[in-house]
Order: sequence, then C-alpha cells, then structure tokens
Amino acid sequence: MDTVRKNRKFSGAGAAMLLLFTVITAVTLLPFICIFLASFRPGNEIMSYGLGLNLDFSRMNLDNYHMLFFGENQNYFLYFFNSLKYTFLQTVLTLFFSSFVAYGFAMYDFRGKTLLFGLVLLMMTTAVEILMLPLFLEMQKIGLYGSMWAVILPQLTAPLPVFFFRQYLIGLPKDYLDAARVDGCTEYGIFFRIILPLMQPSFAAMGIFVGMNSWNSFVLPVLLLSQENRTLSVFLETLLSPYKNYYDILIVGAVFSVIPIVILFALFQRHFIAGMTAGGIKG
Amino acid sequence: MRRLKSLLYSQRLAPYVFIAPFVIVFLVFFLYPIASTIIMSFQRVVPGQTSFIGIDNYRKMWNNSFLTALKNSAVYMVCTCVILIPVPMVLAVMLNSKKMPAKGFFRSMLFLPALVCVVVAGITFRLIFGERPGALMNSLLAAFGAEPVKWLGGPVRWTTMFALVILCCWRWMGVNTMYYLSALQSIPEDLYESAELDGAGAWQRFRHISVPLVRPTTIYVLTISIYGGLAMFVESRMLFANTEVGNQALTIVGYLYRVGIRKMNYGLGSAIGIFLLVLTLAVNLIQLILTGFFRKE
Repeated sequence: MDTVRKNRKFSGAGAAMLLLFTVITAVTLLPFICIFLASFRPGNEIMSYGLGLNLDFSRMNLDNYHMLFFGENQNYFLYFFNSLKYTFLQTVLTLFFSSFVAYGFAMYDFRGKTLLFGLVLLMMTTAVEILMLPLFLEMQKIGLYGSMWAVILPQLTAPLPVFFFRQYLIGLPKDYLDAARVDGCTEYGIFFRIILPLMQPSFAAMGIFVGMNSWNSFVLPVLLLSQENRTLSVFLETLLSPYKNYYDILIVGAVFSVIPIVILFALFQRHFIAGMTAGGIKG
Repeated sequence: MRRLKSLLYSQRLAPYVFIAPFVIVFLVFFLYPIASTIIMSFQRVVPGQTSFIGIDNYRKMWNNSFLTALKNSAVYMVCTCVILIPVPMVLAVMLNSKKMPAKGFFRSMLFLPALVCVVVAGITFRLIFGERPGALMNSLLAAFGAEPVKWLGGPVRWTTMFALVILCCWRWMGVNTMYYLSALQSIPEDLYESAELDGAGAWQRFRHISVPLVRPTTIYVLTISIYGGLAMFVESRMLFANTEVGNQALTIVGYLYRVGIRKMNYGLGSAIGIFLLVLTLAVNLIQLILTGFFRKE
C-alpha cells in the first residue's frame, strides 16, 4: 500500500515538472522557430506582416538560400570566413597564453602573486564596454585599428580561462614536477612536455568557451575592425539599417550563422555545457 | 649571455616569465586604457590643443539623457537580477531531482539560446516585438483579444524595458540554470536523505540545504549580472536598429557610445566611463560584503 502511494506521488510531481519544462522549452524554441520559418519567406513579407508563427507552407521557398549562396549576398561569405579566421586565431592564442599564465599562478610561489591574481579577478569583473572609448583611441594611436589584432591582443590572456586553467592545474599532483626536474627537464620543458598534454580535458571546455565567445563577439569587433576585416555579427548588424532593406539576406544570413554552432552543440553537448558554465565552478 | 640564459631558466625567475604575458596585456590593454580615461575625463580633448578643465565633464554629465540612461540601466540590472537568480535556481533544483523525466533533453533545450550571438538574438527579438499585428507578441495579444501594441519605443514606457528584459531572460536563463545545476550536483545526496528522514519537506530542504550550499554560485551570478546589467548596450542597440529615436532604451554605455564615439567628445565620454566603472565596482563591492563573500568560513 505504502509503495503504491509513494509511486503515485512520484509520478504526480514528475508529470507537473514535465509539463512545466515542456512549456519552458516551447517558449525557448519559439524565437528559433519563427526566424527559421522566416528564412523561407521573402523579407518584405516579414516587414509588412511581422515575424510570427506563420505556417503558410505554400508561400515558402528556398529563394533566400539561393540568394545567400549564389546571388547578391553582400559578400556574406567574406565575413563568414573572417569570423572563422578570427575565431580560430583568438581561440588558439588565448588557450595557449592563458594556460601558460595559469601555470605560473598555479605551480609557483613568488612575490606579488596574490596581488597579481587579484588583478585577474578585477579584470573578470570589469565589462569591456567600459574600456570601449580608450581602447578605440589606443588602437588608433598604436596603428592596430582596423586589424584583427586589435580585437585579439586585449583578450590574449582572458581572465576566465586563466582562472579556470589555474583551478585545473592546482588539482594536479606536483610530484611529477620534481621528478622531471631531477631528470634535467627545464621549467619550460615541464610545461610544454608534461603539463600541456595533461591539460587536454580543460582545453576542450575552454576551447568551446573561447571559441563560442569569439564567434559571437560583437562589442570589440564593431568598435575596432575595418570594413574588410568585419566579422559576421558586425556585418549582420550593418544590414539592419533603417535606410535600406536587406531583410532577405539578413534573416537567412542570421539563420545560417547559427546552424554550424547548433550542429557542433549536438555533437559535443557535454563539452559545451561544461565550457560555457566554467565560470561558475568554484574550488 | 650564458648567465642570462641560466637566470631565465632558473626556478626563481621562471614564474615571472610564465605570468609575463598577463602582466603585459594587463598593463597595455587594461591599466593604460583606464589611466588614459581617467586623465581624459578631466580634459577637453581637441587635437593639438587638449587642455585640463577640472571636473567640468563630470558636471556636464548630469543632463537629462544621462539620467534616463542611468535609470534604464539600473532598472534593467535590477529586473534581470531579480528574475535570473531565483528562477534558474528553482529550475536547476527540478532538473537535479530524481523525479524529473528527460533531464538531458530539457537541459540541452534550455541551453540553446546561449549558442546564439547577441546580434542574431537581437534581430529576432526586434522582429518578434514588431508593431505589426502579425508579429509574434502581437499575435499572442490578439489570441487574448487585445489590440496590437507598439512594443519598442511605443507610447507605453514599460514595453521597451519589458522587451529588453525578456531578451535577456531568454538568452541567460539556460546558462544560469546550468551554473546552479553543476553546483547542486556537487552537494552530497545523503544530506538530503538524512534531512528527509528528520522530516524536512521539499521546501525546507530547498531553503536550508540547496540555497545555502549554492551560495558561491549565487555570488558569482549576481556579480556578473550586476556588471553585465549596468554595462548593457548591444541589446538595446539591436532592438532599435542603431537608431536613436528618443531615449527609451538608452543605457549608460549607449550614452557613452553616442557622446564618446559618435560625437567624438572624448572628455565627456571618459567621464561617463569612469562613472560607470566606479558604479559597477561599488555596487559589486556592496553586494559582495552583504552576501558575505569576504567572510572567512
């Protein structure tokens, strides 16, 4: 008797949560569905009727996609490849330099360590938007304005990856290091030959974190990149002009920019969630 | 030369070599910009004849546009904190519960908006909140028999802020839930079991076990929500297609951008930047003191 009642209660709470999460999921997906459907309809129609759940399949076609790949796509793929290039460079360089710095913080005791690590935390809690104006002027002064390096260099040792790698490295046993030193390995040799291979799992999570942030980054690129170096998000925003109507290419371009990430997410879900929530992990 | 090399390779100097990239980036791309903003905020910056003008910029800053921007940013920050902390916490508790079916599926679904960049999200929400009757929000209203509304920059003031807050909730609900979920998963199960044996109900277990034990996550989420909320800019820029009709969605950084970068008034722009920096640090410092971040456990 008792177990039966317990089971009924169990399914009741479960069903209520199932219902709640189904509603939440539907609301979460709604914007995706709307914009995805809109990518099959002419842009001026979206303009005159508004973006909604219009399921009139007879009015849908692949014209926008045809235009994106073969027609007047406003150089969409130039910016797409700019985004790829920027994402690749930023991710590789940030992972390398951040792990290098994190190793210094995690494995050594030295004067000023607490202060310097405090500065990492300070950077973590300062929005880049605040530095917009001085960075803009500084990049012009040192001649980097317009180039991708203007966006890459300030984020070379990003505070969150440094913090994350440091946590990870602190968890590694230090016995190796002394053994390696006895064997004649230099301090840098230890990092490159022993530690870097050991850090692979943390690289997966941080690679996704930095890669996602770079692919989606907007504030620094819109501020600092010249027209030919623009990334996809900056380009898409320029299409949202009050003076001209580029809605066809804007909507299909926006949808197409998300598709690669959604595919990657489907393949590497666990790493995505680990990477994107890395900041919340405390030790 | 050889001595230099052996010094460079010594265990005493090596840590400094390791952290050198951070120190360089910090000095060149953080400290220098902040220092130069502080200086510029006391100047009238005109090429060739820059002059110090004391606190004039800080005095000129307090105009109507700035006060509107300050109010908008503050309201936005408070709304997002009030929603995006308790709700994700409860959702995470449910996702962590043994009774919850299809956990993995819902976790992925909630997370999806985090994959989309702010520009694409902004474009989508701008159109969803369009003023046409066929736009999603208005068609929802129509389903309840209400008239279409001009959500963005319309006659009713709160609809603009509503759209901004909804956009923010849509983007961050899943991520914040994952933060809490990973925190909850590290709480040992037997804590809940023994509480249940002692007769603690679901609410009591939530109130007295989950909430206190995920406090580090709450502090982290609160910290990033405060600075993210006060520095919000792109979302409002996207919803208004970069036009500056009125000040309904103007934020502090939006005003900084308008004054400092569009109108090239570097002095005034810098003063706004410094104000925002101090405001963010102050609010976060108060928050960290109140939440007991500095208390030794």
